[in-house]
Amino acid sequence: MDSLIPLFVIIPLATAFLIPIIGKLTIYFAKTITPVVLLILCFYSITLLLSNSKETYIVGGWQPVEDIPIGIYLVLDSFSILILCIISIIGFLVSFYSFEYISYYTSENNFYALFCLMIAGMNGVVLSGDIFNLFVFLEISVIASYALVAFGVGKNELEASFKYQVLGNIASFLILLSISLLYWQTKTLNIADISEVLQTSDDSAFLKFTQVLLISGFGLKAAIIPFHAWIPDAHSSAPSPVSAMLSGVLIKAVGVYVIIRLFFNMFVFTHEIAMVITVLGTLSMIIGALLAINQSDIKRLLAYSSISQIGYIIIGFGIGMVVLSKGGKVSIAVLAIAGALFHMVNHAVFKGLLFLCAGAVEYRTNTRDMGQLGGLAENMPITSTSSLGASLSISGIPPFNGFFSKLIIIIAAVQARFYLVAFLAVVVSIITLAYFLKFQKRVFYGVNKNYKNVKEVPFAMSFSMIVLVVLCLGLSILVIPSIRELILDPAVNTLINMDQYINQVIQY
Amino acid sequence: MTVNILCFILFLVGLYGLITRRNLVKIVISLSIMEFSLFIFLELVGYIDGGIAPIITGQDANAVYVDPLPQAMILTAIVIGLATTAMLMAIAIRLYRKYKTFDIREIKNLKG
Repeated sequence: MDSLIPLFVIIPLATAFLIPIIGKLTIYFAKTITPVVLLILCFYSITLLLSNSKETYIVGGWQPVEDIPIGIYLVLDSFSILILCIISIIGFLVSFYSFEYISYYTSENNFYALFCLMIAGMNGVVLSGDIFNLFVFLEISVIASYALVAFGVGKNELEASFKYQVLGNIASFLILLSISLLYWQTKTLNIADISEVLQTSDDSAFLKFTQVLLISGFGLKAAIIPFHAWIPDAHSSAPSPVSAMLSGVLIKAVGVYVIIRLFFNMFVFTHEIAMVITVLGTLSMIIGALLAINQSDIKRLLAYSSISQIGYIIIGFGIGMVVLSKGGKVSIAVLAIAGALFHMVNHAVFKGLLFLCAGAVEYRTNTRDMGQLGGLAENMPITSTSSLGASLSISGIPPFNGFFSKLIIIIAAVQARFYLVAFLAVVVSIITLAYFLKFQKRVFYGVNKNYKNVKEVPFAMSFSMIVLVVLCLGLSILVIPSIRELILDPAVNTLINMDQYINQVIQY
Repeated sequence: MTVNILCFILFLVGLYGLITRRNLVKIVISLSIMEFSLFIFLELVGYIDGGIAPIITGQDANAVYVDPLPQAMILTAIVIGLATTAMLMAIAIRLYRKYKTFDIREIKNLKG
């Protein structure tokens, strides 16, 4: 039987086009079909994750000529399936949450259509084995996200969307430029094939230029520190479910995932590039946390904290790259990369949850200003408890998942003799705890001045939050060795053994 | 090579416009100029001196053909560029309705 992996792109894409047509008859079509479709993808991706399957699919059946791939390849390996799982689980919970939340706005059909389009684009980015096709899917998902950021069509939303679009377009130009340079040099677009050609060439100046272009382009999408200007505006202005999607999933699927995939599986990375990535990660970690302290808007605080947490993820991968490029112990690199992957999964869960909690507060009180809020814990027990869980998790308090992933990254940093990075990671973790305690105190505890009569949010919204807070606790089991071997280690192996990915594509 | 340099100058023209202009519509135009300079660069990647259009008839065995793949890529990229430009213009016009101006110095609600 042929592989079924194109369904990850086809199903959400078809749903996106069906919603405006059938949605005209009944408004409940869009509201029900989106969670159902994403739940199906969720089950399918979890099955694939547990069976640890590797699949390759050639779009249109263009068979390779003389062992050179000519068609567009969709490649599913342990790393991409992990990201696919995150996309579909968070996507399902967010779309279920939107059931009540989005009735705030008009034109719900457009919201769900754009949402499905964004999911289709992200799944495409993660699956694509062809670098230009990856660019096309990336544009699909980011254009949908531009529209979703401006969905409220107020002054702030439009301004944020315009900024996001200008910076996003520049990122796309950089990516397109680096793709054309790679094509110029290698005369192929397939990632595995490019990798084979690059292994035999030794034009290092050219390669460095392309790598820097790629880091800047995808760094803009991933909101690493010198390229972060759009993230606080875009994430705070978008409707809360969209912020959860953008912050939890989009910056990882189109930013971090692509950087990691290209640098581990396409380029032979050098020591300098590995150091650049580690330094950028450290800077994002520190500056993001420092900028977050002074924010008074809940969602701006969360957006800055995203920058800081993305820093942790990048540091993990960066340390792994440095150790590998110096020919150090592979076990340290494995530990660092596993920690980074673990933190990536965790960050999607708790940052998604925090944005949903912020949305729940905004839904009932119509404000995001922490100066006016206070004492909501009595009236909104579910929101308060789940946001407390997420806050403890993100600041690294045991037994929540954030503690274990940060611990693994810090242990790896110490073992690789990055003592300064390890020290800074601990300090930033304390700063994170400080500003999340501030967030908890200002919003849920303290004196309730203005909002004595608010009620708990409806079932659809509280259900998503409860599931996510259970996941926050439950994902801690990934630290147990036998479960880690099942889920994280195959992904780490795909990244470290370059030949594994190439063989999967070339010898298909 | 001359064409490559001209193409780079076109990119710089777009970048200059993007940095110095204060009008939303002019920013969109600058972005389009940058984008099209990239398309020209992509076209040059596949160009071969004296090459002809890759329609293979089999009559001329010595014919040199240009690389058709960048052309297909440009067509795709133009469609994407159309979508992004339309999106930018739509937002710019919505902003004009809210603020009654295209001047970005007047549009600064978001800070910090």
